[in-house]
Amino acid sequence: MTESSPASPGPIVLWLSSRYENLELGQAVLEYVCRLRGIENDAEHWIGVALREALANAIKHGNRQDPSRRVMLSLGGSANSLEIVVGDEGEGFEATTVADPLAPENQMKTSGRGIFYMKTFMDDVTFSRGERGGTILTMRKHFDSDQKKGAQTR
Amino acid sequence: MKTTVTMRDVGDVKIVELHGKITIGSGDLQMREAIHTAITGGATKLLVDMKDVTTIDSSGIGELVGCYTTATHKGAKLKLVNLPPKISDVLTVTQLITVFDVFTNEKDALASF
Repeated sequence: MTESSPASPGPIVLWLSSRYENLELGQAVLEYVCRLRGIENDAEHWIGVALREALANAIKHGNRQDPSRRVMLSLGGSANSLEIVVGDEGEGFEATTVADPLAPENQMKTSGRGIFYMKTFMDDVTFSRGERGGTILTMRKHFDSDQKKGAQTR
Repeated sequence: MKTTVTMRDVGDVKIVELHGKITIGSGDLQMREAIHTAITGGATKLLVDMKDVTTIDSSGIGELVGCYTTATHKGAKLKLVNLPPKISDVLTVTQLITVFDVFTNEKDALASF
């Protein structure tokens, strides 16, 4: 459900059921927003990677793939930044308990890299508790004019 | 783009060609099943061709690591070839690029087994 136009000053907000197919919808909306804002393809790609990790975490770890639980996705920000907020209806999450995937003992683990990728490809990543439970993840990417025209953002 | 996995043999090397997204719910399990099937079927030299992979996420990377570990435990070798730059970047930031044997072309990769 779209609550405001991408051309308006407010964010685009979607409520998604907890299905992995909705990663594609989230990514499609992100691509639309990036085109509207003149964000170049490389930057869009890496933001998309972070967005998919955030949505996948909300669906898998937050809502435990229960399709009756929703994931909130908000895409907004200012002229020179993009803010992505992802909220779930799960039991909450403590980000400090996530192991460092670069530690030698974790290097060959089959999971545990999603938050690392988000932090690598975005400028700010924060977690908070939702008013009605669940986890609220906020990610921001800041741009200068060159980055919007085509510079690598990593 | 729908994810597909195709297999072909060059000598005693099983080449696993991945196409499309290797992401959670879309390609990650297909890749694992294909590679595990090859190993179970007796393949001991596996070359994963990633030329046509458009996106990989942490789930896909995790499955790739799991396949590598499974292959190693079974006495097989699993190597990577034709990594697109963005896939290489994803492996580089987690330092996994140093774990895998990575080649830029199939000829060199085949000769390395």
